[in-house]
Amino acid sequence: MSVATIIEKCRADDRPALVGYLPVGFPSVEGSIAAMRVLVESGVDIVEIGVPYSDPVMDGPVIQDAAVRALAAGVHLTDIFTAAREVSAAGAGALVMTYWNPVLRYGVERFAADLAAAGGAGLITPDLIPDEAGAWIAAADAHDLDKVFLVAPSSTPERLAAVTAQCRGFVYATAVMGVTGARASVGEAADALVSRTREHTDLPVCVGLGVSTGDQAAEVGRFADGVIVGSALVRCLTEADSDEQGLEALGALARELADGVRRART
Amino acid sequence: MTTSQAPAHGRFGDFGGRYVPEALIPALEQLEEVWRKAVVDPEFVGELERLQRTYTGRPSIITEVPRFAEHCGGARVILKREDLNHTGSHKINNVLGQALLTKRMGKRRVIAETGAGQHGVATATAAALLGLECVVYMGRKDTERQALNVARMRLLGATVVPVDNGSKTLKDAVNEAFRDWVANVSTTHYVLGTVTGPHPFPEMVRDFHRVIGVEARQQVLDLVGRLPDAVLACVGGGSNAIGIFHRFIDDPSVRLIGFEAGGEGVATGKHAARFSAGIPGVLHGAFTYVMQDEDGQTVESHSVSAGLDYPSVGPEHAHLLDSGRAEYRPVSDDEAMEAFSLLSRTEGILPAIESAHALAGAMKVGRELGPDAVLLVNLSGRGDKDVHTAAEWFGLIADDGTPRLPDDAGAKGKGEQQ
Repeated sequence: MSVATIIEKCRADDRPALVGYLPVGFPSVEGSIAAMRVLVESGVDIVEIGVPYSDPVMDGPVIQDAAVRALAAGVHLTDIFTAAREVSAAGAGALVMTYWNPVLRYGVERFAADLAAAGGAGLITPDLIPDEAGAWIAAADAHDLDKVFLVAPSSTPERLAAVTAQCRGFVYATAVMGVTGARASVGEAADALVSRTREHTDLPVCVGLGVSTGDQAAEVGRFADGVIVGSALVRCLTEADSDEQGLEALGALARELADGVRRART
Repeated sequence: MTTSQAPAHGRFGDFGGRYVPEALIPALEQLEEVWRKAVVDPEFVGELERLQRTYTGRPSIITEVPRFAEHCGGARVILKREDLNHTGSHKINNVLGQALLTKRMGKRRVIAETGAGQHGVATATAAALLGLECVVYMGRKDTERQALNVARMRLLGATVVPVDNGSKTLKDAVNEAFRDWVANVSTTHYVLGTVTGPHPFPEMVRDFHRVIGVEARQQVLDLVGRLPDAVLACVGGGSNAIGIFHRFIDDPSVRLIGFEAGGEGVATGKHAARFSAGIPGVLHGAFTYVMQDEDGQTVESHSVSAGLDYPSVGPEHAHLLDSGRAEYRPVSDDEAMEAFSLLSRTEGILPAIESAHALAGAMKVGRELGPDAVLLVNLSGRGDKDVHTAAEWFGLIADDGTPRLPDDAGAKGKGEQQ
């Protein structure tokens, strides 16, 4: 099922969707799945299941650190299928976010088939632009999967048109020029980018990069169809003294963010 | 991936492409546009030629090395002396071109990655020359094994940022440079130092280095009256190799042979022999050969040479391999260091350890082809930066950096045994 359906339901409640990112495999595969369940129980609508990768050029220090530790702990690509199954069963949308090489190595068509079979909704591809995505677009279409490509403040009108034309599910608008990580302010450039993106598509536009608090979620939620939070959630786990404490902090932040998106338009 | 006969834009056969975050696409499009206009603009071409002549010291000479050649099966061995360029390697060719383009794009800041430090030094040099701010990313491990080059870059006014992520070597420095670029792309140009990365870098960097082969082809014709039987070069990212190979691609009688870092041996897993042990995949913006595990995670490379210690390779080399036009072989650390020592002692030329891999290749290929063969070897850099590494390797200095004199116990290192 496309995550667009979930975003539509949120829109019917007059609120943006809350999208929460966690990498699979940190602190362990089971631990990460437990954390994803906490996100869903705390009001996250769509879980972005991250594939830890050795060379994450779009990620800041928090997600890099979690990826390094997850890989050291022995996570494998196939663990995301388990996570997708669990997230989907918990009632949230299960989107996988991955750099391209792991999918290429696994086999694009085989990956799409296995992801669909696991109940995954589709892929967010931070280093795959539609121009290079012929094989993925074909496989995603064959298996009824979402294709979430990114747009950025630097995107020209031509790029916005070309990229959004290939998206399904939603369009991922990166709020700032830069890598993942919490920021003090995310507002203005994101607002402008969402407006510019809407000139080219009727798809939902979700905003990510930099959001870490309920107030920021409310602010971004005023103009975006969905608010994406990553590093701030991951940090709850990487900075915790114990797994239990990490889940507690994670739940508290997710509830704050869920509250933020619910007061975005009031 | 295209399989048609006419390669897609930005592809070499199946290889190449543009696998980067969308945020960088406008900058890559701008770069390609400015570059393509510049290379047909007499003002740009004239300025680059003037700098090559009056600053780099081009054309670089060729040197025939008969005493070294005695160890190469008696074949004639001719070195293309990129080591004599200002800053000590071929890297300056590309950097001057990109620094001039940076000014044309109205940008004031350049960033670069560096492994051995040669590209960082060259970028810091060009930035000083043209008045640009310069930040160089360098893996922590490389800053330690190339401490002198770190000092050189800082003396030239650049900021050197040690990178502590991952393997703390070149690939991680590239990651960090990309992260900086995404955040600062409106004011900053990324002076990528080799023939990989997203289009147009592989093609553009190649064209800035193509002068090596253009000069060398004519120089060899003038010296020996015919084309060489083989052109040899070391291959890290592959910029010096493609620079000397490219002019010879349409000369079918000339074999093109690249030498990768075999490290401690391909069988040990501690190497950077992408064409022996890698498979096609994506790293740093290009589809090419990548050392990776079954999950598509990059595998760390190993080499005594920081400049060859990279798990991926330029996409045009991948195409030259798959199309059969070029061949690639591993050279071990031991073989490279033997060649390093040999060239130093027989010819009075200290090569960069990177270039020593090509010299070790010449020793093998010369023995295969025999005394009638003419080998052209790209001596891509000089060994000054490697004195510390080589001195340690051959046991000439103690662990604390003090010299070991012949009286000392343990002074008989590998170099003394030859």
